[in-house]
Amino acid sequence: MSGPAPGLEVKNLTVEFSSEDGPLRAVDEVSFHIQRGEIVGLVGESGAGKSLTSEAIMGLIRRPPGRIDGEVWFGGRDLLSLAEPELARIRGKDIAMIFQNPSASLNPVFRVGDQMLEAMALHLPEPRATLRERVVENLARVGISSPRARAHDYPHQFSGGMAQRVMIGMGVSCVPSLLIADEPTTALDVTIQAQVLALIRRLARELGVAVLLVSHDLGIISQMCHRVLVMYAGRVVEEASVATIFRAPAHPYTRGLIECLPRLDGNGRLGAIAGMMPGLRALPTGCRFHPRCPIAEPRCADESPVLRPLATGRAVACHLAGVS
Amino acid sequence: MAQPLGVGDRAFDPEGLGVPGPAAVAAAGSGARGGVRRWWRRFARNPGAVFGLAVFLGIVAMAVLAPVLAPHDPIAQGVGKPLERPSAAHWAGTDSFGRDIMSRIIYGARVALVVGLVAVLLAMVIGVTLGLISGYYGGIVDTVIMRIMDGLFAFPIIILAIAMMAVMGFGVRNVIIAVAVGFIAPFARVTRGDVLAVKEEPYIEAARLAGVGSVAIIFQHVLPNVLAPIIVQGALRVSGAIITESGLSFLGLGPPPPTPAWGRMIAEGQTFIVMAPHIATIPGIALMLAIVALNLLGDGLRDTLDPRMRR
Amino acid sequence: MVRFFLSRLGQTLAVLFTVSVIIFALMRMIPGDPVLMRLGDDFTQAAYDRLRGELGFDRSIVTQYLIWIRAVLSGDLGDSFLNHERVSKLVLDAFVPTLTLVVASVIVGLLIAVPSGIIAAMRKDSAWDYGSMGFAIFVYSMPAFWKGIVLIWIFSVYLGWFPAMGYVHPWTDLSQGLWRLVLPAVTLGTFFSGLVARIIRSSLLEVLDQDYVKAARARGVRQAALVYKHALANALIPVVTVIGLQFGTLLGGAVLTETVFAIPGMGRLSVSAILNRDYSVVQGAILVGVFAVVVVNLLVDLLYAFLNPRIRVA
Repeated sequence: MSGPAPGLEVKNLTVEFSSEDGPLRAVDEVSFHIQRGEIVGLVGESGAGKSLTSEAIMGLIRRPPGRIDGEVWFGGRDLLSLAEPELARIRGKDIAMIFQNPSASLNPVFRVGDQMLEAMALHLPEPRATLRERVVENLARVGISSPRARAHDYPHQFSGGMAQRVMIGMGVSCVPSLLIADEPTTALDVTIQAQVLALIRRLARELGVAVLLVSHDLGIISQMCHRVLVMYAGRVVEEASVATIFRAPAHPYTRGLIECLPRLDGNGRLGAIAGMMPGLRALPTGCRFHPRCPIAEPRCADESPVLRPLATGRAVACHLAGVS
Repeated sequence: MAQPLGVGDRAFDPEGLGVPGPAAVAAAGSGARGGVRRWWRRFARNPGAVFGLAVFLGIVAMAVLAPVLAPHDPIAQGVGKPLERPSAAHWAGTDSFGRDIMSRIIYGARVALVVGLVAVLLAMVIGVTLGLISGYYGGIVDTVIMRIMDGLFAFPIIILAIAMMAVMGFGVRNVIIAVAVGFIAPFARVTRGDVLAVKEEPYIEAARLAGVGSVAIIFQHVLPNVLAPIIVQGALRVSGAIITESGLSFLGLGPPPPTPAWGRMIAEGQTFIVMAPHIATIPGIALMLAIVALNLLGDGLRDTLDPRMRR
Repeated sequence: MVRFFLSRLGQTLAVLFTVSVIIFALMRMIPGDPVLMRLGDDFTQAAYDRLRGELGFDRSIVTQYLIWIRAVLSGDLGDSFLNHERVSKLVLDAFVPTLTLVVASVIVGLLIAVPSGIIAAMRKDSAWDYGSMGFAIFVYSMPAFWKGIVLIWIFSVYLGWFPAMGYVHPWTDLSQGLWRLVLPAVTLGTFFSGLVARIIRSSLLEVLDQDYVKAARARGVRQAALVYKHALANALIPVVTVIGLQFGTLLGGAVLTETVFAIPGMGRLSVSAILNRDYSVVQGAILVGVFAVVVVNLLVDLLYAFLNPRIRVA
């Protein structure tokens, strides 16, 4: 991977599930791209489709009952068109993913070092003895003390934060071009959160890894990311640089989200967005946010807004964007 | 924390019966009137369970209506030629004494059902009471009762039944007692576990603070909430009771001849397996049908109460 | 791990104690005078009084229990009323074939259940799934003794492939021993497999849903390794526990199966002892049988603790 070409390009990604009430679209025509070295945030409430988007990119969604449409271009190939063995070669090597609950992401009956070794042996040509050394180096690199001894330990002997470091270590062990981090700190204590995020940031810089950071926490996004995508009810509603998003959010939902954040200079009252994000079975017509939107017009209920560019690197899906 | 299974989370289920705890039952909806109809509809969606219920009711009907249904007197010898194969006159053939097997099968249902239902009922009453006391009062009472239950539990049921038959002698009444004793421990254990869970509920504490006496609390507040899983347990155990009874009569320790009991009929049939296989095989089909029906019924009841479990 | 072992050991001893008390109590409840029964035809008043003193019947019930349990612990289970042989020898001789049958049945059961359960889980809701689980319920519901007779009828009488009765120690004569074990082991083994197949299926399905399987897949682990290495290693552990818990049931089933196939095991020993009122044999047989169940439960718990890293490595 080199040059200005995007590392990952997602085009019109759609994820549907069949159900008794008909097909449910959990991810609806999501498009974005990530360059080498960028940290891009995907933010939204629980159920907005963020995790499904990242899982779809990795090909982790079981095809029946799920249906995936669209294209995911990576390394010159559309990942969605690849067969399972091909995908398995890419997973863990070129694209890595870490998950929300690190303690649950490690197989409890195998030693941690063995699990890391397994992944590396699948992708790297070096002999196992060499890889064993690499495992110890990786553990040291992510800040595990006494790495050689710890490699022989079982997952339950690691705290949540330590386990997530191990997962990160596993994720970068084969030096991927893209790391997808799905709510990596949500299950961790606040003090540990900062350490883990710093680790991700450092490694991304050192190894030149692009990062897709999925989170519902705007605070984390603001600390870590260059660019942000805001998702609501399965759609991307705004895309901008972090600075712009916080300074001048264009979409009413984004504005609402930011107003919900406690501010040091605020007047003490936390904002709130009335109502709840709609479930997949009861999606509103037109713009999915319009029932909760403070500036909604009749048009918003009839026509779905399309994500259109406002300026370079800025896009909004709102009929009334540009109105502050 | 990812755990290898078998530890923690779900209520401990030593025999893999998958009986849901009281919380799951409550969550599945326990309102009285509308609840019953809802339950029936959910139950009816399971074809196996409905089949099981139908067959079970059929067997009950058969047992109750035995004098009407049976073509011959089950203990009368020589109503047909001995060892005769199934024919129009004798649908299941005759045994070595010339008795009509079909009639014996029909009457045999009585023994099976009486033993199965009464033994389980008896075990339920005693076991649940012990479990309630043990779970609610805790402390030394709990320890003593549970240690005894552990001891009882260690006996394979048929071996315990054999031991009790040795002490008490044979006969239907003793078979019932022997089988019942074997099932007390499972009921006590499960009840105790559920009571422990329910004991912490706020409404129990509220009742206690309001001054309601312990006994009243146990029977008015705790018992109704642990009852549903117990009934499911009961249903699942009846098939075990019938198997145990048939095993005992197979070994010759059941109701004495000439009372028709399926197990004994099968044992008698083994001697003639070469020339008259029907004597052993056909009563077994009846027995198996009863057991399969009860197992399906029990599974269906369990799934109705908590469809999230198992499948 | 050591702590776990000690606590389980303590529990086991408590259970063994309770079991011995129960058996002692049961045997004391048998109507009739035990001293008279022991003497049988050799009755003289002098012998009666002497034996009565020896057995401690003139003392408190607790003392009697202590006398009895001390004898048991030193291997003395008394003498058979019938032929005055050592009960311990009779019981041990009978226990071996029973244990052989149980072990063979477990092997047969696992050979059937493990592949069946795995395939049912992998092809959930397919014809294979419903078929094999239906079969499992079917064989689980069939009374063991009836199943044995039917198998004899088909494979022995009709097809003539296997003998209908008899037992030979496999270590004395491997081919004879195994040949005679086939039908009884299949009888008991299919019952066991019916239970285990369902458990493997649901255990595997649950494990496959776990986060660590998803995370492993995200690392590039192939499907085969995911199932057979990652998932199965976790899914099979509860199966070990089940085997232990079902040992008692298997022993009970063996008692019935032995009677069908005329295997000289605990079943035949206990039943004929009851019919002959040879109560010291009954007592000894039940004691050994239940003790075996309790000890096996302990061993299985220890095995589980060993397999589960959370307990093995505190």
